[in-house]
Amino acid sequence: MSEAATGAPWITLAYLVTGVCFILGLKWLSSPTRARQGNQIAAVGMLIAVLATVFSGAILTYRDIAIGVVVGAVLGAVGARRVKMTAMPQMVAIFNGAGGGAAALISMMDFLRANQTGVAPTPDVAVTVALSTIIGSISFSGSIIAFAKLQELLTGRPVSFPGMRIFSGLVLLFVAAMAVALVGFGFGDAALYAMVAGALALGLLMVLPIGGADMPVVISLLNSFTGLAAAFTGFVLGNDVLIISGALVGASGTLLTQLMSKAMNRSLLNVLFAGVGAGGGEVPGAAAGGTVRPTTVEDVATMLAYAGQVIVVPGYGMAVAQAQHNVRELADALEKRGVSVKYAIHPVAGRMPGHMNVLLAEANVPYTQLFEMEQINPEFSRTDVVLVIGANDVINPAARTVRESPIYGMPILDVDKAKSVVVLKRSMKSGFAGVDNPIFYEPTTYMLFGDAKDSVVKLVAAVAKV
Amino acid sequence: MSGHLLSELTVFVLAVFVGFEVISKVPTLLHTPLMSGTNAIHGIVLVGALLVAGVAQGGLEHALAILAVTLATVNVVGGFLVTDRMLEMFKKKPQA
Repeated sequence: MSEAATGAPWITLAYLVTGVCFILGLKWLSSPTRARQGNQIAAVGMLIAVLATVFSGAILTYRDIAIGVVVGAVLGAVGARRVKMTAMPQMVAIFNGAGGGAAALISMMDFLRANQTGVAPTPDVAVTVALSTIIGSISFSGSIIAFAKLQELLTGRPVSFPGMRIFSGLVLLFVAAMAVALVGFGFGDAALYAMVAGALALGLLMVLPIGGADMPVVISLLNSFTGLAAAFTGFVLGNDVLIISGALVGASGTLLTQLMSKAMNRSLLNVLFAGVGAGGGEVPGAAAGGTVRPTTVEDVATMLAYAGQVIVVPGYGMAVAQAQHNVRELADALEKRGVSVKYAIHPVAGRMPGHMNVLLAEANVPYTQLFEMEQINPEFSRTDVVLVIGANDVINPAARTVRESPIYGMPILDVDKAKSVVVLKRSMKSGFAGVDNPIFYEPTTYMLFGDAKDSVVKLVAAVAKV
Repeated sequence: MSGHLLSELTVFVLAVFVGFEVISKVPTLLHTPLMSGTNAIHGIVLVGALLVAGVAQGGLEHALAILAVTLATVNVVGGFLVTDRMLEMFKKKPQA
């Protein structure tokens, strides 16, 4: 239907420029100094594609476009400006759902149009219509559920009911049957609507049973889904720029999903179907009735002030307490005394890949102080004090030894190799995965109980007095 | 399978490889901006939304078209702006 748009050579060339801009933009994203320009050049590419399309001659009426663009731009801009950095995963989920929904709608409209005009789509077009509609719908409803979970409108715990998997399987079969009816037998609008309804339900069924701790994986996966939906929409419309962009995003989402699963030492299937957070294995320290060593702000301040090297292990708890700015103050004060301060960032720290880095960057922590797990792990044995702030599962040695533990096999930060560990913690409650942590019972571990922000503020004052 | 679809499939497969190649070089440090940036890029469905909206007829088509353009624009505008906001914060040296 869009032959006019793809027909004229200058439009095809404009789309090619857009594709190049996107690839360059992604390439520049690999260096923190050029990343911002990368994003900007990608935005310019987008603008070129949109303008080329608007002036391609394929557009007959501009009213719908004007309304949609104005409303969408206002909503998008307000959302992007207002969102807190801690809420970034939800925001990405919403934008992702919007893209998936748009892709599904476009394919649906193309199909409805074809049915109306009586020109039945050829089977290959029908297949791509079905695929982009299904994947786009799953991405849309799945993203909404992910948003609701992250925003805590829904419980972060896995939600499931007996026979859920069988039920999901049946829904999947139903969607497939409707797709076959559409593609193979030319069934009309009713089959299309049934297929969309089924796909929307699949999105819900897919994300509901996944616990909050696994959301980074789910968001990456949904991101790649929307990319694929966009690419298939490109097949439907015969539009190369959609195909290229969708493929790029699909690849990126898939890669991040793999990285995240690997960081938790779990397969994607395990993340999707295991429902972690429901139970936990027996942990030696707790079972043996181990004791913890509470400490005071003054003692910790002295330890920190006379340390050679301090490593801060920030967790999501730090971000929730909004303590990152105070942590940076503490680090600055220590550095002035000649203490080397580094930050150890676990791949799953925060609620999406790389989330913790953004939160610390917001607090003006220079990125040269942020270290990935592989870089920092050999450093712990040379470190005097590790300051664990609001992190738990990512330093849990049970991941190495306790086979029954839900986090068994997850690579962790080797904080127990350091001379001493100070854990800032509100209470002895267990972490997101619902597992007890034997490191709290180690003889070199000291617990500083209290609100993270409160404790860090006091530490800053106490270090100044040492 | 038409020749047209085959050439599109070729473009798709090659772009997937380019995607893997380019993205595997992005450090963990920048994974959140990467994700929100690629998120903005799949907002390219806006082009598709414009194409179908430009020829919409009848109440249902108009409603779906407006919705599609709105959703895609939210994706594009929000995605690029929020990525820019994040990347602006990444600094090498602390500032006063």
